[in-house]
Amino acid sequence: MKYIDEFRDPQSVQRWLDRIRKRSTQPVRLMEFCGGHTHAIARFGLRRLLPASVQLLAGPGCPVCVTSSRDLDTALAIAQLPGVILTTFGDMLRVPGSQGSLERARAGGADVRMVYSTLDALAIARSNPHRDVVFLGIGFETTAPTVAAAAVQAGAERLANFSILSLHKLTPPAMRAILAAGEVRVSGIIGPGHVTTIIGADAWQFLPRDHHIPCAIAGFEPLDILQAIWALVDMIEGAAPDVRNTYSRSVRPAGNRVAQGLLERVFQTTDAEWRGLGTLARSGLVLREEFATLDAARRFCVQVGASREPAGCLCGQVLRGITAPPECPLFGKACRLEHPVGPCMVSGEGACAAYIQYGEA
Amino acid sequence: MPADVILLAHGSGGRLSHELIREVFLAHFGNALLNPQDDSAVFPIDLPAGARLALTTDSYVVRPIFFPGGDIGTLAVCGTVNDLAMVGARPLHLSAGFILEEGLSVQDLTRVTASMARAAADAGVAIVTGDTKVVERGSADGLFINTAGVGVVAPGLSISGSNVKPGDVILLSGPIGAHGMAVLSQREGLQFSFPLCSDCAPLNGLVAAMLAAKPNIHCLRDPTRGGLATTLNEIAGQSHVGIEVDEVAIPVPEGVRAACELLGLDPLYVANEGKLVAFVPPEASGAVLLAMRAHPLGREATAIGLVTAEGLGRVVLRTALGARRVLDMLSGAQLPRIC
Repeated sequence: MKYIDEFRDPQSVQRWLDRIRKRSTQPVRLMEFCGGHTHAIARFGLRRLLPASVQLLAGPGCPVCVTSSRDLDTALAIAQLPGVILTTFGDMLRVPGSQGSLERARAGGADVRMVYSTLDALAIARSNPHRDVVFLGIGFETTAPTVAAAAVQAGAERLANFSILSLHKLTPPAMRAILAAGEVRVSGIIGPGHVTTIIGADAWQFLPRDHHIPCAIAGFEPLDILQAIWALVDMIEGAAPDVRNTYSRSVRPAGNRVAQGLLERVFQTTDAEWRGLGTLARSGLVLREEFATLDAARRFCVQVGASREPAGCLCGQVLRGITAPPECPLFGKACRLEHPVGPCMVSGEGACAAYIQYGEA
Repeated sequence: MPADVILLAHGSGGRLSHELIREVFLAHFGNALLNPQDDSAVFPIDLPAGARLALTTDSYVVRPIFFPGGDIGTLAVCGTVNDLAMVGARPLHLSAGFILEEGLSVQDLTRVTASMARAAADAGVAIVTGDTKVVERGSADGLFINTAGVGVVAPGLSISGSNVKPGDVILLSGPIGAHGMAVLSQREGLQFSFPLCSDCAPLNGLVAAMLAAKPNIHCLRDPTRGGLATTLNEIAGQSHVGIEVDEVAIPVPEGVRAACELLGLDPLYVANEGKLVAFVPPEASGAVLLAMRAHPLGREATAIGLVTAEGLGRVVLRTALGARRVLDMLSGAQLPRIC
């Protein structure tokens, strides 16, 4: 398969592993921002192929995981209002909030539907004119443009029964917060390939400039990830820290201007609460005034009580990179794939799920 | 003139019920045991000494009812025939129970019934008894089918998920993932530029050929829901053995791979309806593999791994890159990624 096979070729992988081994003279700790990378690294067994000097840390790049319990409780409350159909992406269904999960709410009678695309949510709204169809929008800069497109479309169609609960978040503020907190020593960042396709590699220039650490934007195939690791090791060993784009078949320096324009048109930034990181200034996206009628947060004024994190769950620390999943006392015991306590055990991007699903053989 | 949609009256036991049975079910399934329409099918059975009966049941609730390569009817027959085949039983007869939602089109029901008749003929079994209920609109999703099947296990066979031994060779009858991706793409209206077609097929003929080659097969299993990875985990647990499979050896059709890549799914967890995994003692594996390849449903059969005495209850995958990692059982549904 084109763009897949050549990036999984075992001989090429060996060659890049050799290059990394030869270039690496000192221990490095590299954080992969994106949960998609965490899963790819585990699924392909890359951690065990890399030299011991290269340590990989999972970062906060799992949209489901960083959604706060409070936001999740709001979504649950809206889902339980009479007449509401709540639509969202699959992973979100299983995340436990303080009051259970959307999956449980569905079993209890709430009309919660998984969609593959925001366009599916629009179609549900069209075919259910007497129901309130809410799309629960989560995700980073990667998914937010598709939600923006749905908002524009709904506006154009005057689809009065459609609204969006936007929990979208921006990735650079989270990266800044983790580095500013200084809790974790990181020598380089594996930049998120899909997010950076939208925001552009230049968006990460603050890493070498303000934090003096290199960043390599990576795709999601083994060769992509190894090339990024090599670029980081190379910069750490010699060259000045910089942003290198090793995913040039998808990522441009300035990103996707059309998607950025759409985001700009529909959303404005707001302070947002992140699980594990607290409230970060201008790190969330809410609908602009022009699209206020589509804003589910304004349409349904639900009140949620005090939210609570699951007792003993270290997801917050895992998301900050200061605790590896197996170090959590609940990991593999009370918290398992079939009975997730925290969100990192739920998601296809969650670090705990990656560690347990593709565990050390 | 039969109605064009199913009405509650079709389930009343009155004239409309009889018309439906006559014009749809008997018209397609008709056979000497079913035609008398008695409360039970009554048939003699000639069991050689040491032979045993196998009895199984399964309910089918697939959405959409029709998908490329089959429909709920094909599944309802093949699924139950395959459940019998997986214990080495030669399927004899099936029952079919229908739960119809008021408003279902009679044309769709007829199409499903015709598929069942075709699949039963392919498998060499007869549908000898049945039942129909109609529920109010909204109480079911169009059409649910339950089938039960009875078959004969020849003397001397001992095929079970708890019978697998270290050293057994693991054979897979062909490429995986086609059924699950065909149903998913149809359900979600996903348009791919390549065809995705269910592999739904009755496997009793293939199993008969394998048993004729070597009767000492330890275990057979069709990797349906949860896919190959889940099946391997079930057997590792049941037999308390370790299993090691080779990623490169597991055939995945190009279209399935591409669709899975796009959606963030893993073909190892995608359902199949016309494939089987066999655990065979090493000395028998060559002959069984040859027999599989000589059968139309096993042409692409291949050895994918070995049973070990280490890592009991666990499945290990040797990745294409030479790393070894756990291949875990699926928890909940496989969901497309967000990021």
